[in-house]
Amino acid sequence: MEKLAFDISHLLAGSLVMISFLMIYQERLYSLLNIFAIHAVILAMAVAWQAYTQDACHLYVTAAIALFFKGMIIPAALHRIIQKLGIHREVEQAVGVGATMLTGIGLVALSIVLVLDLTASAASFAREDLAFALSLVLLGLLMMVTRRNAVSQVVGFMSLENGLILAATGVTGMPLVVEISVAFSVLIAFVVIGVFLFRIRERFDTVDVSALDGFRGDRQ
Amino acid sequence: MTIFDFNPLPFVLMVPVVSAVLLALLPGYKTTAWLNMLASLITFLASLVLFIVPRPDPGQYLLVDDLNIVFIVLNTFVGFTAAMFSASYIGHEIEIKRLSSKNVRFYHAMYQLMMFGMNLALVSNNIGIMWVAVEFATLTTVMMVGLYRTPEALEAAWKYFILGSVGISLALFGTILVYVTAQPVLGEGPPSMVWTNLLSRASDFDPSLLNLAFVFLLMGYGTKVGLAPLHAWLPDAHAEGPTPISAVLSGLLLNVALYAVLRFKMLMTANPDALAPEPLMISMGLLSLIFAAFMLYRRRDIKRLFAYSSIEHMGIIVFAFGVGGPLANFAGLLHMVMHSLTKSSIFFAVGHVAQVKGSQKLSEIRGLTQSHPILGWGLALGVLSIAGMPPFGVFMSEFLVVSSTFAKSPILALLLVFGLLVAFGALVLRLTGLIFGEPTGNSKPAEGSFIPLYALLALVVIAGVFMPGSIVSWFQSVARLLG
Repeated sequence: MEKLAFDISHLLAGSLVMISFLMIYQERLYSLLNIFAIHAVILAMAVAWQAYTQDACHLYVTAAIALFFKGMIIPAALHRIIQKLGIHREVEQAVGVGATMLTGIGLVALSIVLVLDLTASAASFAREDLAFALSLVLLGLLMMVTRRNAVSQVVGFMSLENGLILAATGVTGMPLVVEISVAFSVLIAFVVIGVFLFRIRERFDTVDVSALDGFRGDRQ
Repeated sequence: MTIFDFNPLPFVLMVPVVSAVLLALLPGYKTTAWLNMLASLITFLASLVLFIVPRPDPGQYLLVDDLNIVFIVLNTFVGFTAAMFSASYIGHEIEIKRLSSKNVRFYHAMYQLMMFGMNLALVSNNIGIMWVAVEFATLTTVMMVGLYRTPEALEAAWKYFILGSVGISLALFGTILVYVTAQPVLGEGPPSMVWTNLLSRASDFDPSLLNLAFVFLLMGYGTKVGLAPLHAWLPDAHAEGPTPISAVLSGLLLNVALYAVLRFKMLMTANPDALAPEPLMISMGLLSLIFAAFMLYRRRDIKRLFAYSSIEHMGIIVFAFGVGGPLANFAGLLHMVMHSLTKSSIFFAVGHVAQVKGSQKLSEIRGLTQSHPILGWGLALGVLSIAGMPPFGVFMSEFLVVSSTFAKSPILALLLVFGLLVAFGALVLRLTGLIFGEPTGNSKPAEGSFIPLYALLALVVIAGVFMPGSIVSWFQSVARLLG
């Protein structure tokens, strides 16, 4: 039974990493959003599985937030924003797909080597989950730097945050997980509202620092 | 009930929340500006009481010790003076119709919520709550940076938001890793996130995992401190938001993030096998100092100029804490206080200057001592102080940083002095342009409150000339606490 619990949680966490890769090479915003919705649903399943195996009821709240808020409401809202703002459907990428994928593979390898090596003493249940979670965080960061469009950056940020939730729920008995996931939902709601209200378009929407500095108050 | 039974902590936390609700509901900017000041004053007085009353034992959630009292008192004091400045600043912005009364209600409510977030981060004894509080304070400042709704302000807010979110996400991953490290030693559940528990058992933690956690925490909270190369959000956020917010960002929010870094540094120091955090902090501090010092020469916007100066000084402070030891820690702590006081007073002056001249461009601000003597000389004193001229307190603290570094490593001290001199040159160069020469633009007298500006400067001078022994011994005990 123990073994099965491990295997299922690893299966779910591993699928999250695979889906992160899927997101990295999506060229169209709509399909990116659909894939993100799947990401959130799988996260909800992974969290619910942790809640079941750890016998921690409060984690079901986090799972529900992931399922409804990130799996349904946010993608739907972003869908509408893309329609209303008429943002290009093609995702602009600052770096080519091939290079991004290779970097992504490198990042996953790095995080697995790093975490598995360092956590030899920790419970193995947490170890692999942590390695997968760090991969998700790094892949999310990678997506944020390789995309130029505000919406896809938001999606990148949310997939990063999914990694954090996975890490927080994978560690047994971590307190404040629900509070943290609520805090993150508030944060994301703000971003999405920000994208919509402020009409952030291609003009200023990158975390690539050099490109962001295109506007800099003291350049004339 | 005597004064000793009085627990000021709930006041420090709840007064901002209650007043935020009131400020969001009440109309009329005059009353609300007064209420904002009053609430900040009460919070400040309550934090002063923390000195007198016996400390409550550290609980699951809240903690008061020698270290965070300094931060809380500084935080609430500068918050109070910034509220005083904000009252006259906002009055002017309403007059010229740059802000509507609805904006002002929102602004005041956010101001108090930000104070709440920062105070909570400072008193929390739980690393999870500390994280949530820092995130909360960040969000409220994002809202205020975007207050003017101009494309520049929105872009600055967006950039701040994205970079800040990435920073705090990394910090959260670090926080989770600290829990993973602590869990085998302290057991599952909330006690493993309580900072005092963590510190007492830190030597039993797995050092390699703690190292990984610290790297994430340093990068995460370091983004909020504005350390190069993670500083990109800082100049924009300072330049485009309302000036009182620039003052509290520079004077306070950077300190709160620094406080988080220091807490985790103490954890690292308590574990003998863990990576020494000092080299990391020294190199990031030095990089920020030298980078920002050179960037000062290229600024054309007055608020950006002082934003880069903040990066420079945060670099010095992190460097000092990185050098470590009682003297350097003392110098870092002193420099942090001096920087907060001086930089806030500079922003108070800059706010009024930008209002009377109607521009933030350095080229459009000249001859201030002729057109606006009080304001011009106030700014001049502030800039001389931040550049490190005696008899201001900043000189003393910088001198201490340099001399304590010399004792440990002369080469590092040379690099430090090099950075300081480069920055000094840039500031003096800009200053002469600002205050001397033919006055440009509008010469109508500035209406505003100069009390906060000169009060803070006076404190900096007093600290530079004469420091009361009790404060020195307090700072020394904190410096020892930091290890």
